[in-house]
Amino acid sequence: MKSYEYDVLVIGAGPGGSMAARFAARNGAKVLLVEKRPEIGVPVRCAEGISRDWLETVDVKVDEKWIDANIDGAKIYSPDEKSVVELSAEKAGNEVGFVINREYFDKHLAALAVEEGAELWLKSPAIKIIKEDGKIKGAIIRKFGEEVEVRAKIIIAADGYESQVARWAGINTVLRERDIVSCIEYRMSNIDIDEKFTHFYIGSCAPGGYLWIFPKGKNEANVGIGVALNKIKEPGEVKKYLDKFIEEHPNLKKGGILQIITGAVSVCPVPKKLVDDNIMLVGDAARLIDPITGGGIANASISGRWAGEIAAKCLVNPSKECLQEYEKKVKDKWEKKHLRNWFVKEKLSELDDDTLNKLMDVISQEDISEISVRAILEAVQKKYPELIEEFEELL
Amino acid sequence: MMKVDPALCNYCGACVGSCPVNCMFLNETRVEIDEEKCIKCGFCIRTCPVGAISADWWSK
Repeated sequence: MKSYEYDVLVIGAGPGGSMAARFAARNGAKVLLVEKRPEIGVPVRCAEGISRDWLETVDVKVDEKWIDANIDGAKIYSPDEKSVVELSAEKAGNEVGFVINREYFDKHLAALAVEEGAELWLKSPAIKIIKEDGKIKGAIIRKFGEEVEVRAKIIIAADGYESQVARWAGINTVLRERDIVSCIEYRMSNIDIDEKFTHFYIGSCAPGGYLWIFPKGKNEANVGIGVALNKIKEPGEVKKYLDKFIEEHPNLKKGGILQIITGAVSVCPVPKKLVDDNIMLVGDAARLIDPITGGGIANASISGRWAGEIAAKCLVNPSKECLQEYEKKVKDKWEKKHLRNWFVKEKLSELDDDTLNKLMDVISQEDISEISVRAILEAVQKKYPELIEEFEELL
Repeated sequence: MMKVDPALCNYCGACVGSCPVNCMFLNETRVEIDEEKCIKCGFCIRTCPVGAISADWWSK
């Protein structure tokens, strides 16, 4: 078997992996980035909405090539669609901004990694990790059909939702049923939508999740849905929910489907362990998706940058003690927030349509200057105190 | 026996990441299942957004 040697092996060339490879290489490491697919960014497994405010953090300049739409804000619809809560980008904590084209965006990020000196192999899945005397020494990669050994001081697991590399290494990223959201999305053309907003529908149309319309330009949008696994009984139910919604909305029904996109996201608190000797987890593989929004691109990119930088610093001593700096940074940023959002997600997913309609009615009429969980709960408490009892611990 | 219907599968990996015992694998073009490790929980069958996975032991 052929053998290769690197300082850092990054598995998976999504945003998290490419950023990790880029910043490890920029800081002097010899880096290999491997991707199992034959093309970076394909197939898309994403709704493609991102905010604007974090791109600077990962040193990425906005490029028109990967922007499909500029978004002014978000609209959230009650189950009966009678109440609409409008959030400007500022009010939504800059959670909205662009709808991007992941096929171009992901390639752009991978190109940035290569620009810094990282090597990139496509059609190269990791088959298993190499362990000697209980220590991770690299991974077996099927490089364009041929199994080869890649030895590395540090592995960065960026293999996305699958999160297999972490689990091979004995790091627990197993998800509970309630923390899995199954998704399907259609890229639709010839539909009528307000192109300046992203649109979110909640309630029984998407149990435990939500339904979204993210504009991709004139009369085009990603129309998708996520449903929590503990609410799914039959195989293929998620697609049926989406088809039903489209059937009931004439502005969508008249359109055509250009692409079918599927995937799943984790909606859980930050796992206990994100590093071990010779290994670090980033992005979706580290379960860093926001449990309320389901957004993961920013978190993957930022965690990727930190992992790459800290990996380069720890090459002399790639122990978990040295890599701990990364875990601490990630937890300082997301542990509290994701735990709170997970808790809110859990509570929201138990509310019936009638309750949600009442809640949304209050929120849409109140002039809430700052959209925060706290501000919303206080407004609702004034009118329907009985609805808030459940959430009191958050106030 | 478990089956992944290639006519439906989108190769997204939703099943792989949901498997609590990590017995599934998405290779370059398809999903592989190590049935010896499978605990028959049905997570993959229900998670698959398009219903591409079936098993003779599965019932609602």
